[in-house]
Amino acid sequence: MRPFTVETAPTAEAATAMAGQYSDYIAGGTTLLDLMKLDVMQPATLIDLNAIPGHAGVEITQNAVHFGAMATMAEAAANQELRAQYPVLAESLLLAASQQLRNMARLGGNVLQRTRCAYFRDARESACNKRNPGSGCAAITGNSRAHAILGTSPHCIATYPGDWGAALAALDADVDILGKQGARSMKFAALHRLPEDTPDRETNLAPGDLITGFTVQGPWPRSRYVKIRDRSSYEFALASAAVALKMEGDKITEARIGLGGVATIPWRAKAAETALQGRTLNETTASEAAEIAFADARTTPDNAYKLALGKATLIRALLEAGA
Amino acid sequence: MDTRKRPAKSRNATNATNAQTANGARTQLLVVELTINGSSISLQLDPRTSLLDALREELHLTGTKKGCDQGQCGACTVHIDGKPALSCLTLAARAQGKQITTIEGLEQGDVLHPVQQAFIDQDAFQCGYCTPGQIMSAVACIAGGHTGTDDEIREFMSGNLCRCAAYPNIVAAIRQAQSQIQGA
Repeated sequence: MRPFTVETAPTAEAATAMAGQYSDYIAGGTTLLDLMKLDVMQPATLIDLNAIPGHAGVEITQNAVHFGAMATMAEAAANQELRAQYPVLAESLLLAASQQLRNMARLGGNVLQRTRCAYFRDARESACNKRNPGSGCAAITGNSRAHAILGTSPHCIATYPGDWGAALAALDADVDILGKQGARSMKFAALHRLPEDTPDRETNLAPGDLITGFTVQGPWPRSRYVKIRDRSSYEFALASAAVALKMEGDKITEARIGLGGVATIPWRAKAAETALQGRTLNETTASEAAEIAFADARTTPDNAYKLALGKATLIRALLEAGA
Repeated sequence: MDTRKRPAKSRNATNATNAQTANGARTQLLVVELTINGSSISLQLDPRTSLLDALREELHLTGTKKGCDQGQCGACTVHIDGKPALSCLTLAARAQGKQITTIEGLEQGDVLHPVQQAFIDQDAFQCGYCTPGQIMSAVACIAGGHTGTDDEIREFMSGNLCRCAAYPNIVAAIRQAQSQIQGA
């Protein structure tokens, strides 16, 4: 690990003022320290956010839920009202990571977690356009079993591994950001960038931008997160689906679909949502929506299985949410 | 022939006891005050030192194990302010002001914690390497009321891997300890 200094920010405003070209914010530090040990991330200064007061609650009102960015995953997942009103948001947190990691990791950092691509994580030898722009992509011709089939480019097929992000995408969350020029709001949908030919630029955050909170309109009591992985727990998704439904009788009046484990960013399947509108929810209509959701998938021989797996996961999530 | 290349293994560049950087320059040591198992201790540490390395290398509390050093196995689990956390992904300097409990802090005098005793009684370990981390998570599993069903126990304990596959006996040990602690 390269040497660094730690500066403690007393307030969120002070943190943004302290941010510089070679600094990174640290709250839980679960992704950051992991990648610093691997020499993939190399900040010279860590700006410690843990002394900043507030920004830590989960507040549910009649039509919305607001999360402070410093809330831990564990605190948010344990919120009983969240589990009742927005099950997909609670489930996607509970099915993520491990108890230890959920106690440490904060919501603000969770959405910014980096890919688990083994080549990205291998700073010693592997070609990686995300870590080292222009060096190539070892995954495309290498071991790509866990890599993405949606949102890929010839330069990068790395999967966005987060669960909560898929749910936030489905529910069209808003993100509160404090920057060097002040506070603003951004749609969660606009936070992450497709890799295209700049996979090293993962977000649309400006230098020094600090996520301070998230707001989701709702409630969405009829929602579900289904996560499929090699082990039954404590592993990243091979495919996951975050779905939320509004129904009248057995007809869908509004559907929301977010996909995880299969895409390069938190993935909103809008065309599939539209296809479900006004229709009865059953195996046939769910399958048709799944076909649409994965219509633009591009696979490698290693990850072609994700096409069928991703569709089946989405179908299961839809039918379970609607049951 | 399998022509796919496996990604090369990364080596961990952290070194807790040597404050020299790669080019020979010395980094400034930090004074870090840690509260471990109820006692306060002052250390001089390279800022990069993980809590895990501070415990093992500086304090010689080697009960906490380094399994992966990447936050993927749970062998390094300690309690920070009563909650299970990974000491390999915690900077020692940022653990100041917190109550840290390690496996060494569980027994009272000569009496093992009920969870420790249950792990012995239920044969819940073979090589023993994951065991301190398992026990720390198990204590929190019981204290937090996550023992409703065996599936609930397994889910809460999923952050602790065991390559000897002692899992069924670990669940049995947690059941035994839970009934002893909570009289259920």
